[in-house]
Amino acid sequence: MSNMQDGREAGMIGSRTDGAPVRRPLSPHLQAYDMLQITSAMSISHRITGVAWAIGLLFLVWWLAALAAGPGPFGAVQWFLGSVLGWVVLMGLSAVAWYHTLNGIRHLAWDAGYGFSIPATYRSGHMVLIGTAVLTGITWLILFVAWI
Amino acid sequence: MATFTLPKNSTVTAGETYKAEPGAKNVRSFKIYRWDPDSGENPRYDTYEIDLDKCGPMVLDALIKIKNEIDTSLTFRRSCREGICGSCSMNIDGLNTLACLKPIEEVSGEVRINPLPHMPVVKDLVPDLSQIYAQLRSIEPWLKSDTAPPPDGERRQSKDERAKLDGLWECILCFCCSTACPSYWWNGDRYLGPAVLLQAYRWIADSRDEYTGERLDALEDPFRLYRCHTIMNCSRTCPKGLNPAEAIGKIKQMMVERQG
Repeated sequence: MSNMQDGREAGMIGSRTDGAPVRRPLSPHLQAYDMLQITSAMSISHRITGVAWAIGLLFLVWWLAALAAGPGPFGAVQWFLGSVLGWVVLMGLSAVAWYHTLNGIRHLAWDAGYGFSIPATYRSGHMVLIGTAVLTGITWLILFVAWI
Repeated sequence: MATFTLPKNSTVTAGETYKAEPGAKNVRSFKIYRWDPDSGENPRYDTYEIDLDKCGPMVLDALIKIKNEIDTSLTFRRSCREGICGSCSMNIDGLNTLACLKPIEEVSGEVRINPLPHMPVVKDLVPDLSQIYAQLRSIEPWLKSDTAPPPDGERRQSKDERAKLDGLWECILCFCCSTACPSYWWNGDRYLGPAVLLQAYRWIADSRDEYTGERLDALEDPFRLYRCHTIMNCSRTCPKGLNPAEAIGKIKQMMVERQG
């Protein structure tokens, strides 16, 4: 890169004992850090589920567009969503939606000034994970009961 | 910019293993990041086997033992060995902490030691902190007041006003938190990071400081303050048990409140 884009670039130049310039290495980050700890793991999951939910809503758009287009296209969508792959997608999306919603509430609590202590952060994190599992389960239980 | 892999010159290769002396019973391996600017080579991980029966309890004790008895070229910062100077901050077993406060017993298996993450390496476990010191200076971490102090003494605070500084003044600027923050890794050229923002809040919260508005103005920026996404790695890793994320949250709240 010819033009300097990152102010930290200057720090990457060091010198050897004889005074000659040398390019310093960047210390390991993702390679060394414990990224599975609940703090950063749930943070990146929040982003991933946000993106997945946004993409997943295209299925809803597809479903509605097909509904407007007539029985032929609508049948195709219904066939896909009723297939094994369709089930996996829908179940995954419901879990993703619950996670993003619950963790979003966790973020709102932080923004309002609550729950910053590490014990509270871990407690709310566990609550979000358990809540996601329970609410996803209840969602599908209700759907199955409604269908039968 | 976020680059998730290490540059070519920064990938870490396998290094040497220094075996424990024969007859040692309580042996523990320490896998330590090494880089020598004179070598012309990539960084490497050297492994040192230590007899814990002949070593102090903390990771810093092991590092000093290695430097004294096995490999004098091992380079690291240390001074007070009691968690008050902030020199021996490094990444131990995947989390940033002070080597002098980290008991070896808390680590299971091999003790992996790296420099503070995503920093330029001067040598071995010594990162270049110039950028982060410049950022600290940018928030003007000193008392700013147009009012002269009373002629007969110091500027007074009530007990409540003084209590607002608890959890802030204890910061020893080891920068474990800033270098634990993925947002600081990717945007550290413009995002100030948790350590510097906690310092900023330490002066915003000080009843004797008269530049609160100007201090908030200086932070009202998409990057300097608002790259904090409440990841919470900072508070999780702070070896002094402080809460930089909460301090940042309070700055964000003040930003909203002053808009009325």
